[in-house]
Amino acid sequence: MNNDSTPMIWDFAFTFEVMPSLLQGLLVTIQLTLIGYSIALTLGLLIAVVRRVPYVGPVVHFVMEFIRTTPLIIQLVFVFFLLPASYALPVFGPVPITAFTVGVVVLGIHYAAYTAEVYRSGIEGVAKGQWEAARALSLPTTRTWGAVVLPQAIRKVIPALGNYLISMFKDTPLLFAIGVAELLTRAQRVGSESFRMMEAITLVGLLFLLVSIPSAIVIRRLEKRYAAV
Amino acid sequence: MPPSDTPENTTAPGVGDGVADGPLIVFDQVVKRFGDLTVLDHLDFDVAAGERVTLIGPSGSGKTTILRLLMTLEKVTEGRINIGGEPFSHMPKGSGLAPASESYLRRRRKSIGMVFQQFNLFPNMTVRRNIMEAPVNVLGLSKDEASARAEELLDLVGLGDKIDAHPTQLSGGQQQRVAIARALAMRPEILLLDEVTSALDPELVAGVLDVLREVAETTDITMLCVTHEMGFARDVSHRVMMFDEGRIAEEGHPDQIFGDPQEERTKTFLKSVLENGH
Repeated sequence: MNNDSTPMIWDFAFTFEVMPSLLQGLLVTIQLTLIGYSIALTLGLLIAVVRRVPYVGPVVHFVMEFIRTTPLIIQLVFVFFLLPASYALPVFGPVPITAFTVGVVVLGIHYAAYTAEVYRSGIEGVAKGQWEAARALSLPTTRTWGAVVLPQAIRKVIPALGNYLISMFKDTPLLFAIGVAELLTRAQRVGSESFRMMEAITLVGLLFLLVSIPSAIVIRRLEKRYAAV
Repeated sequence: MPPSDTPENTTAPGVGDGVADGPLIVFDQVVKRFGDLTVLDHLDFDVAAGERVTLIGPSGSGKTTILRLLMTLEKVTEGRINIGGEPFSHMPKGSGLAPASESYLRRRRKSIGMVFQQFNLFPNMTVRRNIMEAPVNVLGLSKDEASARAEELLDLVGLGDKIDAHPTQLSGGQQQRVAIARALAMRPEILLLDEVTSALDPELVAGVLDVLREVAETTDITMLCVTHEMGFARDVSHRVMMFDEGRIAEEGHPDQIFGDPQEERTKTFLKSVLENGH
């Protein structure tokens, strides 16, 4: 920021001028969050179930521990610069590996390590009698999990899972490090082009609030609803 | 009095097929240990098809473990259990026997049902789905058939109007009656009742016992019942087995066990149960 040429007065014209670009960035941020969160929810559930399998479980557990104890930004940078720019699939031919793809997948896997723990606590919270009743009825394993255990386990952890949605949303600016055109990346770009960093960064903060606050309210309501049962 | 019901009338296919004679359930030198604790100590007994047996004894004497072994919720440490003349705790392998595999157990235990002390209904399902779940997914009934069966059984247990309720909306006694209906929906040949009234408020006990009396009178299901309800035991069972420290201390007709117990341990136990108001 150059204090001589740009006095610290909020520039509304600039604000309106960069808004479309920032809103584009917000859209990318939301896409990243939603896709990454879907990955985290499904993969986390899979991991939580696989963790109970003998032999395979401890290995999966170790990998997840590793993911949870190293910083997300390191994982992003490491994976992005390690992978080639495109990958040749057998049928589809070369598929480009974009920063967006890497970002969303790494974000999803990273958060899966956390959601897996949430699911695990939910599964462990299901009463032993439920497993025994399922066994006494000879229910197949798929029904025991799919119809008895998981519906009860997931219901209990919906609020905890919701909190990770907000955490993940707030972690998306880390993808700046690998150049995904999300909100912070765009703000940095328009800010440095015009030397109006203050407006750009403040707008990023406001746009994040605009999404987080309603999401937090929705999650609080979910919490109340599921805590009541 | 020998069992009054004849095994030929058994409706459920499965464990008893092709065994006209001989006992339905055989415990052969069964040992069950949890760590250093021996819960069942070289136990031998038989139960005939259609027979209703009540298991009594102080807590920790191994009664519930017997039911849990039959429901395959536990595995035997030593010895064998046979059902319908075929190995149950074990399975034939080559010329000998090996501990039963999961798939073997899955096939063999279909004709055994259990009702638990804590009901263990699935709280995420309606009463109807609780009852339909196993008939549809295990026996392969169509949804309509299973639903009709659920309605019929709920009428039997006097809860026809609760079919679309959730378990949490029911009293303990009602939940337990649904649990009985759920177990019966599998048309079991053997029904295991594990202290089914112990978790209930006193005023709800009678309703559950009435349902079980009716089941005992109108079907020839083989029943093994762990209970402290001595009046009920006397009414419905053909035989009472008194357990102490993992062994049978005394067994006989309920009139004899309750009216004229021979063993000191049986006398002490019955006295303590009566004093505690059960």
